[in-house]
Amino acid sequence: MREERDRWAQGAPVGRRMLLGTLAAGVAGLAAAPYLQRGWEDALGAASQHDPTGLTGLLPDPGGFRYYSVVGSVPRKDETDYGLRVDGLVDRPRTYTLPDLRALPQTRVVHDVLCTDGWRVDDTPFQGVRLADLLDAAGVRSEGAALRFTCFDGAYSESLTLEQARRPDVLVALTMQDQPISHAHGGPVRLYVAPMYFYKSAKWLSGITVTDRVIPGYWEDYGYDVDGWLPGADRGPDAA
Amino acid sequence: MTSTAGSPAPTAAPTQPEPGGRIRRFTRAERLVHRTTGLLMLLCLATAVCLYIGPVAQLVGRRRLMITVHEWSGVLLPLPLLLGLLSRELRADLRRLNRFASYDRQWLRAARRRLTRPQDRPAGKFNAGQKLWAGWIAGAVLVMTATGLLMWFTRLLPFVSRTSAIFVHDCLAWAVAVVLAGHVRQALRDPEARRGMRTGHVGRRWAQRHHSRWLTDDPDGTRTVE
Repeated sequence: MREERDRWAQGAPVGRRMLLGTLAAGVAGLAAAPYLQRGWEDALGAASQHDPTGLTGLLPDPGGFRYYSVVGSVPRKDETDYGLRVDGLVDRPRTYTLPDLRALPQTRVVHDVLCTDGWRVDDTPFQGVRLADLLDAAGVRSEGAALRFTCFDGAYSESLTLEQARRPDVLVALTMQDQPISHAHGGPVRLYVAPMYFYKSAKWLSGITVTDRVIPGYWEDYGYDVDGWLPGADRGPDAA
Repeated sequence: MTSTAGSPAPTAAPTQPEPGGRIRRFTRAERLVHRTTGLLMLLCLATAVCLYIGPVAQLVGRRRLMITVHEWSGVLLPLPLLLGLLSRELRADLRRLNRFASYDRQWLRAARRRLTRPQDRPAGKFNAGQKLWAGWIAGAVLVMTATGLLMWFTRLLPFVSRTSAIFVHDCLAWAVAVVLAGHVRQALRDPEARRGMRTGHVGRRWAQRHHSRWLTDDPDGTRTVE
């Protein structure tokens, strides 16, 4: 019996080598990822410019935006039914319609968009109303210290301190890449917080409430940083 | 799950009394390990599609739920096999999968030349393709679990950026999807192999044809049971 078993148990341990080889390749991949990724992004970025099928969007790290939503379906809103409510600790609460927002002075910010999931879109132009202008119009009371953003998807929320919100590169954005923001990208109106990771830029923005303290947003309840600064972001109040 | 490319028509229906009888291929523990691993893998893949493929993500949304299911099905994926190590028969099969005999190299040469006749492809209880698949998917699952944990707990290894972990996780995910599709394709082509994994027994004729060296060199546990 022993002898018979040995006959099939004596060959080279190819299975183990395969397993260890795959593990080693994984570790090597992690080490080489920063370099591989740059080359991959450049090649794919070039390819996706001429890709009518959109298939490059399926590949790892394709460049371009990815769709994230925390709810099953998001209602669609347009000129007829969109409203942005500014309230909380302010002297003049108000609801802005889409034409109201378009009539205000528009600011254009061009910045890299980075997601915590690794994808990025370089030099993306956003245009819209500076959040600081809306706050000035509403008249923030002295006890106001932070903002809570709510969304018409019914679930998502975000937060900023007043100091962060007054930065000139924080917009209530109406266009992205010089197009009206589409529903999939959080339109008609989304937040754009240029110096922070993209989860801070709430989509489908419908409410801005001035609060006396920071109330952490949706992902922040699940362990994300409340301040989602990008690496190397200038965190000063008058940056950008 | 046998890699018998171009194998002929399915063997006789199970209601017919089989010439040669049926022999034991997998124990209940082994089949349970395979089934739970397969189920967890399917959960992982389905939620990955909902998280990763844009149009599906737009349809399904519910990102937090998808992430939770994906994380837990992924982190549990190695568990059935680890528990299965308690089974002596499963450990013996892992040894069989690990070791490469000379006829396994012959099988690989035949596969490279696209020779499909069973006599060109000698195999023990597992053929060379199954051995390579087993070793590779075990390593791949461990790399997926490790990179997944690095994304989940970002402060686990401060010198590995989350972006790098995601890059490896995404690239390997596609490789796993392609190779797994091959695994399923092989199973779909061979009803008797599927029956072996479903019931634990295969026809002796099928074993003689596709796993001849199992019966001659390694007769342990291949008694006729019917």
